[in-house]
Amino acid sequence: MPDRLAVRKTYKLFIGGAFPRSESGRSYVVTDAKGRFVANASQASRKDARDAVAAARKAFPGWSGRTAYNRGQILYRVAEMLEGRRDQFVDELRRTGASKTAAGAEVDAAVDRWVWYAGWADKLSAVAGAANPVSGPFFNFSTPEPTGVVAVVAPDSPLLGLVSVVAPAIVSGNTVVAVASEPAPLPSITLAEVLATSDLPGGVVNVLTGRRAEVAPWLATHMDVNAIDLAGVPDDQVQDLEEKAAGNLKRVLRPLGDDWAGEPGTARMTAFLETKTVWHPVGV
Amino acid sequence: MVFEYAPAPESRAVVDIRASYGLFVNGEFTDGHGEPFKSINPADESVLADIACADEGDVDRAVKAARAAFDKVWGPMPGRERAKYLYRIARIIQERSRELAVLESIDNGKPIRESRDVDVPLVAAWFFYYAGWADKLPYAGFGPDPKPVGVAGQVIPWNFPLLMLAWKIAPALACGNTVVLKPAETTPLTALLFADICRQAELPPGVVNIITGAGETGRMLVAHEGIDKVAFTGSTEVGRQIARTLAGTDKKLTLELGGKAANIVYEDAALDQAVEGVVNGIFFNQGHVCCAGSRLLVQESVADEVLERLKARMATLRVGDPLDKNTDVGAINSAAQLAKIKELSEAGEQEGAERWSPPCELPSQGFWFAPTVFTGVAQSHRIAREEIFGPVLSVLTFRTPDEAVTKANNTPYGLSAGIWTEKGSQILWTAQKLRAGVVWANTFNKFDPASPFGGYKESGFGREGGRHGLEAYLNA
Repeated sequence: MPDRLAVRKTYKLFIGGAFPRSESGRSYVVTDAKGRFVANASQASRKDARDAVAAARKAFPGWSGRTAYNRGQILYRVAEMLEGRRDQFVDELRRTGASKTAAGAEVDAAVDRWVWYAGWADKLSAVAGAANPVSGPFFNFSTPEPTGVVAVVAPDSPLLGLVSVVAPAIVSGNTVVAVASEPAPLPSITLAEVLATSDLPGGVVNVLTGRRAEVAPWLATHMDVNAIDLAGVPDDQVQDLEEKAAGNLKRVLRPLGDDWAGEPGTARMTAFLETKTVWHPVGV
Repeated sequence: MVFEYAPAPESRAVVDIRASYGLFVNGEFTDGHGEPFKSINPADESVLADIACADEGDVDRAVKAARAAFDKVWGPMPGRERAKYLYRIARIIQERSRELAVLESIDNGKPIRESRDVDVPLVAAWFFYYAGWADKLPYAGFGPDPKPVGVAGQVIPWNFPLLMLAWKIAPALACGNTVVLKPAETTPLTALLFADICRQAELPPGVVNIITGAGETGRMLVAHEGIDKVAFTGSTEVGRQIARTLAGTDKKLTLELGGKAANIVYEDAALDQAVEGVVNGIFFNQGHVCCAGSRLLVQESVADEVLERLKARMATLRVGDPLDKNTDVGAINSAAQLAKIKELSEAGEQEGAERWSPPCELPSQGFWFAPTVFTGVAQSHRIAREEIFGPVLSVLTFRTPDEAVTKANNTPYGLSAGIWTEKGSQILWTAQKLRAGVVWANTFNKFDPASPFGGYKESGFGREGGRHGLEAYLNA
């Protein structure tokens, strides 16, 4: 018997900046790589998904209305908070089967990924926007804007993969409902604790753990979701979710077979941007 | 004293409409194997020509011709050579501009003033603009060596037949793709004339294929497994069907769909200019415009004055012969569209809005609808929510800028919007808050090949025009 019994963490959902249990009262067992019990994770329901969408929608005007500089600062703050919890994430990743070296490398890469995207916040408009030389006396400019609420079905890379799909969506002002890795959900909730202490407004990122195949269809059909990232969806479910997403013409990002350790590029950011073009006459 | 207008019809002698048209596949006009249909002049219901209808085998033939041209000729061709073909096409369009404008007005019903001064010049400009991109793609920001997607299947609507063809074909060809394009069944003639322009330009066979038919032909085209990219402009409902059809495939998709644009008039606007803009916003092209300013949101303090000026201006609109150079509002494109406009207008009355049209004599033959304005419209009314796609304006009022923006955004669509105010900071504030892809401030319905166009939300996705318009036709 140990001298002192450890205080375990209860893993819950992350919705609107708070950590509720699933309203369904359900949980599922998360095991380590050797099949030993680690924790009971919350098993999100349809109602949880809808609550998360409502929270994301509520947060959208405020977050998209922040200055790009401010969003960049907050994403950088996320990197700082994540760095400070490095050991905790290494422990959690090792329980999923990663070696100590691999787990350390993944956490480092996740921190660096937040830094990479933080810097994009106030540069995206310069790269994706334009002043357009129209044939007439008009000032005409195009700016990229966030598309709105983005549902993200995260890949099974439990930390780096999750960060790699959430950060590019929120950097431009979108808000996110993320469905975490089903077999390895615990780092997503620990990441939510990082987000909750990084000055990220509540509701900008919402994290659901549970059965992907149960939750993802509700997000794909939800009429107040503007876009869906299918990164973590198995090939045989892509078509069904895409068909559902057509109901309100969601922007769909199909699985790209990403190497999460590779150079991210801009595609995941531009997938969730709208281009707005404004015209005004020039004259005296 | 009233000065009457004398008739000023544009001559039809410049166009030569054949009795029947086949499908333009692999550089030749060939027979279609579906049931042929007729294209009629909506201004007098006279038959213009018999048009071939493509069946499944014809679609397959066209896609294969496009694939062969992509593999053997157009894909491998250096960009600078593709560019010169597109410049050639732009020049021939300019040379044959009057012919194209007259034919467009005859087949579509739009006033010659618009086809001559807006549609056709923009068509030439679109080809000229994208011609210049063909050999500069590595500098467009889509990676150092962007590749064409392959064969594009393109389905376009009847409201701007030739202009929508240009929006689709010019960027596709510039990026090295080949195309199979289906024009709308009520307005195929200028696309078929464009086929002749391709031949005059000596464009290699199979680079542009034009197949005619109705919705079924379009469905077969977008579902064809030899298509790599689908571009569609049309209704939101058909856009949804196409998105479902393409689910689970690797095909790229861009959609430019419906709209219910708000045109916001603040109390400090230059009211005469604003009224001109409102009239242009909804009566341009008979309101057959996806980005039409079909909801006038006017600040309560100036609502009466704006309405008075608006009605006075509407009374001067000249409705009639599309080929008359003094005509402002032409014919409704088809009997089916006229029925839809009538049905929604009747719903507007039944739901309690007040209907007004200026005294206006309409021709006895053809499809016509008088410019119409509804006042006392609530946001819940169908005429405030559904796209009418006709010369029908719904007027709502607001008190504060916040209310204006909330009402403007209260729609599943998000294609365009208008702002009228003399206050610069208010323009920029409003433009930022509007969830729409194109915002016209103190102007409306302006288009340019250098300017990206496309919607938010259920108005579709992807942009046409500008550097942004290349993305749909490139694999980075």
